[in-house]
Amino acid sequence: MPDAILPSTILALPFVAAVLAWLLRSRGRNLAVWLMTGTALLGLLLALWLYPAITGGGALRQLIPWAPGLGLDLVLRVDGFAWLFMLLICGIGALVGIYARYYMPADDPLARFFALLLAFMGSMLGIVMSGNVLQLVFFWELTSLFSFLLIGYWHHGASARDGARMALVVTSGGGLCLLAGVLLLGHIVGSYDLDVILAAGDAVRAHALYLPTLLLILLGAFTKSAQFPFHFWLPQAMSAPTPVSAYLHSATMVKAGVFLLVRFWPVLGGTDAWFWIVGGTGLLTLVLGAYAAMFEQDLKGVLAYSTISHLGLITMLVGLGSALGVVAAIFHIVNHATFKASLFMAAGAVDHEAGTRDLRKLGGLRRFMPVTATLALIAGAAMAGVPLLNGFLSKEMFFAETLASRNGPLLDVLSVVIAVAASAFGVTYSIRFVRGVFFGRVPATLPREPHEPPLWMRVPIGLLALACLLVGVLPARVIGPSLRAAASAVLGAGQLPPYSLAVWHGVTTPLLMSVLAFGAGCLLFVSLRRCFATLEAAPLTGRFSGKRIFERVMAVVAADLPQRIERRYPSRRLQPQLLLIVLLALVAGTLAATSAPFGFQPRWSSVDPAFALLWLLGAACAIGAASQAKFHRLAALVLTGGAGLVSCVSFVWLSAPDLAATQLLVEVVTTILILLGLRWLPKRIEGLAAESRTHRFRRRRDMVIATAVGLGVASLAYAAMMHPVADSISRFFLERAYTEGGGHNVVNVILVDFRGFDTLGEISVLAIVALTVFALLRRFRPAAESINAPAQQRLQTALGASGPGRAADHSLTDYLMIPGLIIQLMAPVIVLFGLHLFLRGHDLPGGGFVAGITVSVALILLYMARGARWVEAHLRVLPVRWIGLGLLLAAGTGLGSLAFGRPFLTSYFRHVELPVLGELPLASAVLFDLGVFVVVVGATTLMLIALAHQSLRRPRQAPATAAEGEG
Amino acid sequence: MELVLAAAIGILAASGVWLLLRPRTFQVIIGLTLISYAVNLFIFSIGGLRTGADPVLRDAAGDIAQYTDPLPQALVLTAIVIGFATTALFLVVLLTSRGLTGNDHVDGEDGSA
Repeated sequence: MPDAILPSTILALPFVAAVLAWLLRSRGRNLAVWLMTGTALLGLLLALWLYPAITGGGALRQLIPWAPGLGLDLVLRVDGFAWLFMLLICGIGALVGIYARYYMPADDPLARFFALLLAFMGSMLGIVMSGNVLQLVFFWELTSLFSFLLIGYWHHGASARDGARMALVVTSGGGLCLLAGVLLLGHIVGSYDLDVILAAGDAVRAHALYLPTLLLILLGAFTKSAQFPFHFWLPQAMSAPTPVSAYLHSATMVKAGVFLLVRFWPVLGGTDAWFWIVGGTGLLTLVLGAYAAMFEQDLKGVLAYSTISHLGLITMLVGLGSALGVVAAIFHIVNHATFKASLFMAAGAVDHEAGTRDLRKLGGLRRFMPVTATLALIAGAAMAGVPLLNGFLSKEMFFAETLASRNGPLLDVLSVVIAVAASAFGVTYSIRFVRGVFFGRVPATLPREPHEPPLWMRVPIGLLALACLLVGVLPARVIGPSLRAAASAVLGAGQLPPYSLAVWHGVTTPLLMSVLAFGAGCLLFVSLRRCFATLEAAPLTGRFSGKRIFERVMAVVAADLPQRIERRYPSRRLQPQLLLIVLLALVAGTLAATSAPFGFQPRWSSVDPAFALLWLLGAACAIGAASQAKFHRLAALVLTGGAGLVSCVSFVWLSAPDLAATQLLVEVVTTILILLGLRWLPKRIEGLAAESRTHRFRRRRDMVIATAVGLGVASLAYAAMMHPVADSISRFFLERAYTEGGGHNVVNVILVDFRGFDTLGEISVLAIVALTVFALLRRFRPAAESINAPAQQRLQTALGASGPGRAADHSLTDYLMIPGLIIQLMAPVIVLFGLHLFLRGHDLPGGGFVAGITVSVALILLYMARGARWVEAHLRVLPVRWIGLGLLLAAGTGLGSLAFGRPFLTSYFRHVELPVLGELPLASAVLFDLGVFVVVVGATTLMLIALAHQSLRRPRQAPATAAEGEG
Repeated sequence: MELVLAAAIGILAASGVWLLLRPRTFQVIIGLTLISYAVNLFIFSIGGLRTGADPVLRDAAGDIAQYTDPLPQALVLTAIVIGFATTALFLVVLLTSRGLTGNDHVDGEDGSA
């Protein structure tokens, strides 16, 4: 495989695998594991294959054009730094996959779990491989989303849900800040391309918007990497299954923040603001995290606070601003990922076997699980920074960095003291973790008899511990080249500072600091042992709970404030709200009309007397409908139909036959629909309280408002019509309808070809509305008094059934005998007419919409004439399937063009000579129109039939429904 | 022509708005229907009114100016269909509300008429 398409392959693999894993559903727990591990290993292999391309600071770029005109392309960029992250993501992903197979409960099918994990892996790869910063933010938010879903994987637990929500709010809030920051950055640089941005460091730092940009991007990085004061979400995220904690919340996702810091260090770093904010935040997080970790009682809690502290250490290293600091930061990212992931897995194994994670209830497990104990001991020692393990090396580099920084005597001393103190705390909690679980007495109250976890749970821990050991003993051999590649990618090939990866540098100050930290840590553990067992929260800082503050803020923002606004808002009721909306529109319209002159001289138009007469009728209908709608619904409906017909005639008058046809048919269908609904509306209550003064006032007020709106709309319409029409895009459509769309009917060509995507959206809306109507009516409960059949129907049924040999529904057949027969004979003709409208639609007035409504009118006429039971016994009426079929057809036609390498919904046409029919223009747009047609038939029929069926099923269910209604 | 149509749009809109502000659901649904007529005519009229112009291309494609503006027509055509869908949806919502609350007031409670 050529290198050029490898990046996109690596990125696509996990997402494809995620879909596959999700499709597995309940089948194949092992298959899902294989998918996860296999994908991760394959990604790892492919990434390793890329190594030659990225050594020495080079970067591999792959560009997949998407919207080049907008500067939006999918840019994948793999340099040494991204490559190192890819190894981490894929390598630890594979191990976590194996581990999770044995860790997760046996009755969980795991398909969803691995699908989410794979999707997360893809998103994380997306972050590190992005060559465009907007794309980076997109994947950044995806990781937040999948982290949310994974923390809440066991969603029956309240703590999982709360933790997931908190993580989502914090990290995606930070993601929004990051987006804003990145947009500012793009504004400053003039491009969103990472390479261009990385080259424009000086311009960015000198720009007036540097500080806001920096702050926004840092907010994104700090929330993701759990830096103080946003650290509180990470301990709460520990309700996630342990493999998730190991993978997302120690090894990869929380590293995205520091990844970003290192990535943007050449652009944003090196200023005072960077030093103070990043360095200061890192320092605070380092010491507070380590301090809090000492006093945690929960195994995963210790590891979570320790992770916070180590992330603080990395942040501080980047913040110090030297090139060597960046090298040390990258080195520590890798080291921390290895030892912390293995520790999480060990903690999970303990939880799995002993049934508790509470340090107070654990002890002496080394007797039951010696292998796990040994591995945890190695990883714990790496966390404490014991020599010959990887943690020691990066800590040495960190100490050297704190010693080398020169920022005034007080600050230098302070940072050295804090570094040693935090390191001592780290030693203390590491000892506490290992000793508390594996050594000492076995408590009598262990929930379970512990034993060694399954082999394949130990193997991943073992491999990671081995990595800690190998890096610790032979750093230059094992990690040297990769670290060099990563560091030179960030710093530039020639800018690499001299550093030495060796276990022994002689007796140096950093070594002495290490020894000091070690001694202090041991001493601290011995002297505070009693406190650890009894304290519930860390002294001093324990009272300030980020979680509590977060919850209080959320309560105010998400509950109190909206409630207060809602109470203050004029009304909860619809009627005043509608009034407000109309008034607002009126005010806005008046303001617009008075402030912006039209810029042309108004003139009188000619008045066609016939047209005026037509609209006199129309206006009478409209006003009549308005006055009758309260007490005479049928009359109002008829009058509305009259107004509709008049506007239909106007369409014909004004050269729009397509519109006239559609309007006419829609008019018919709407009227039938509302007629079907009338039956369920309440009767007029005679002799209700006489009209009061307030009612009269309201009526007058509304009359004034309505008149004002009418006048406004009329003058606006007049102004718009008299305004000289500028050259619009209509010309484009007229010129190309035939040459490019292959049709004479421009309106139809616009609908199915030029603006096919809009039409696809519209038929989707239609389908959704029809299904909503259907769903609402399935649970429909009519008011008690309209449950019984109407009086006339009852009378007729009784009469119809009275004769000898007659059934109840014979009254209907008698009643509509002749119209029924005519309709039955005409229905096929109407359908044929509909098909005719459809077929000619591309060249003459007609098309999918009109044809669809025509066919559904034929169907509903049959329903009316013959009754639902008769129709459904003789025809297969499956509107829901029709809707689905139509949508598939329309979307499928659109997708078809992709197969020919054209964009979605590109149409194709040619004239075909057929026997009998002669020459026919055949365009792929006709297939699309067929989809529109089928959707319209399905949706219209579904809505009408669903409503019509209410009358059919109620009488049979009436007693049961009535009983329910009373209950 | 334009004057008549503008007045017609105004009257349709006024009747619709008046009904929109009424308390009964059926009045509101009729009001919305009338408003949608007004809006459809308004959008249609934006491109200028033409009588006797060709709506369909002839084979011997002559002057572009002899044809009507197809764009507002295409817009209104889908608007008519979508308008039908929303009317249907609103009708069902009002029927459901009538079933649940026992009355046909837009606020679900029969306080004042």
